[in-house]
Amino acid sequence: MSSVTEIQPNKMSTANELTQIASQVRRDIVRMVHAVQSGHPGGSLGCADYLTALYFHIMDHHPNAFSMAGKNEDVFVLSNGHISPVFYSVLARSGYFPINELNTFRKLNSRLQGHPTTHEGLPGVRIASGSLGQGLSVAVGLALAKKADNDTHIVYVNTGDGELQEGQNWEAIMYAGHHGLDNIIASVDYNKQQIDGGVVEIMGFDTLRSKFEAFKWTVLEMDGNNMQDILDTNIKAKALQGKGQPIVILMKTEMGAGVDFMMGSHEWHGIPPNDDQLAKALAQLPETLGDY
Amino acid sequence: MQTIEILGNNDTRSGFGAGLLEAGKQNNNIVALCADLTGSLKMDGFKKEFPNRFYQMGIAEANMMGVAAGLATGGKIPFTGTFANFSTGRVYDQIRQSIAYSGKNVKICASHAGVTLGEDGATHQILEDLGLMKMLPGMVVINPCDYNQTKAATIAIANHDGPCYLRFGRPKVAIFTKPDQVFEIGKAVTIYEGTDVSIFCTGHLVWKSIQAAQALAEKGISAEVINIHTIKPLDDQAILNSARKTKCVVTAEEHMINGGLGDSICQLLARNLPTPVEMVGVNDTFGESGTPDQLMAKYHLDVVDVVAAVEKAMTRK
Repeated sequence: MSSVTEIQPNKMSTANELTQIASQVRRDIVRMVHAVQSGHPGGSLGCADYLTALYFHIMDHHPNAFSMAGKNEDVFVLSNGHISPVFYSVLARSGYFPINELNTFRKLNSRLQGHPTTHEGLPGVRIASGSLGQGLSVAVGLALAKKADNDTHIVYVNTGDGELQEGQNWEAIMYAGHHGLDNIIASVDYNKQQIDGGVVEIMGFDTLRSKFEAFKWTVLEMDGNNMQDILDTNIKAKALQGKGQPIVILMKTEMGAGVDFMMGSHEWHGIPPNDDQLAKALAQLPETLGDY
Repeated sequence: MQTIEILGNNDTRSGFGAGLLEAGKQNNNIVALCADLTGSLKMDGFKKEFPNRFYQMGIAEANMMGVAAGLATGGKIPFTGTFANFSTGRVYDQIRQSIAYSGKNVKICASHAGVTLGEDGATHQILEDLGLMKMLPGMVVINPCDYNQTKAATIAIANHDGPCYLRFGRPKVAIFTKPDQVFEIGKAVTIYEGTDVSIFCTGHLVWKSIQAAQALAEKGISAEVINIHTIKPLDDQAILNSARKTKCVVTAEEHMINGGLGDSICQLLARNLPTPVEMVGVNDTFGESGTPDQLMAKYHLDVVDVVAAVEKAMTRK
């Protein structure tokens, strides 16, 4: 545990050490949604590895000196705002705000609203999200601002896969491709689940790669629950910056990853664990950084 | 009665175009986005002068609003341009979440508002936009009356930190405000002082109300005409002071009665100074094709309608 606590954002970390941080992030997620008996554990657990990697290793950012404009640093936009528990955990754990504030998640007068917002002034959040399909457009705007300012840092943005059913995404995808916005690295949380069931059954796209390619994006694929693959793929993604096309990572994840009884089903999209289920979940997740 | 000098004739959208160009010269952070209506919005001047600060967004208004929010996050001052219908109703949730709730410094600039859009008909003639926008917390809502005031308002919103909705129109109308005016957001402008009735008007109805006041003067009625160019924040004191003096009110706007300027004024008066009010506006119906003049007449937004409303309001004192 001591070696993990020494890991600082943006310092070289091994996949193993990042995996241990992700274990703590997963503990935060299930404890947060259990405490208020509301929130979205499934997608949060699925994205825990990637967001941990982004905030503790991949992004060049300034957790202790948050600025809304994010000039001369990498920025991240969470389009699928319902996975706020994982977002809040990595923000707090990487230093944007006090870790014990995770206690206030979804409670009255909290900066940690059910879905992320700038409205309460929470450091690390640059845009409200929750109503789906808007984050890619915001990322395009941030990418244009960086280009205009000759800032060579990257705009990261994550969307859900079901979320791509929202038409605004394709407006943004078309714009970014047409203009070759090669400072965007998007990720699609490709867990193939949405509230009412499987994405493929509801309104599926089994050709997501070709759809992005048709709009002149460079497409990478990775296992979003394999830390080494996350790190390797992001080295490739970064190398594609400045090559004339926006980049998207189709990130295969397991909804509920890390908690066996939550995995592989849409049913844990928005349901909190009860006391017994919390105990079962925590038993599978080593406490590596200390609970909040 | 004092004569109001007509300085020319032009559309308010051209005032926006001129104001945008001027604001762009004053501040390098100003950028402009347009959804395939650059000529209609008169944004060509800005595009020509600052090609690197102009973003052609295509026919994709939802994306335009999100991109504007992102540019604002990155420190720019984005002005979006499209028709009023596509600036509000079509993209309401994008504005609500990514701009208003997120507190982004985006200027939503909307042309061809109201029935004076004319022949294109009701699909394009939004009459609900002021209501939609004024309901959003923190949103400033402005509807200037002529070319000069629209130009001044465009420069003023560039210097205001926060989301703004600026509404203007298509037809050429009289220019009667000063070219060098300083536009104060939220500050009503008294055009005529009077004692018998207060006419609170906005947008294209300001000129109609001036003409109505002149007609009323010939009948011996002294009308106070106050241009409420800012629907939100409303100039409460100017409205209350005038209503206290005249004891009856007429509101006039090229907008649905539900949700418009008159609706805001009625709330203010009901709470603070119950006063008889007559409202000139569109009464719960869609528009249709026709010339602007024909439509203003058919939908009771004309000089005679303001006069009739005044006469009725005065009987209710």
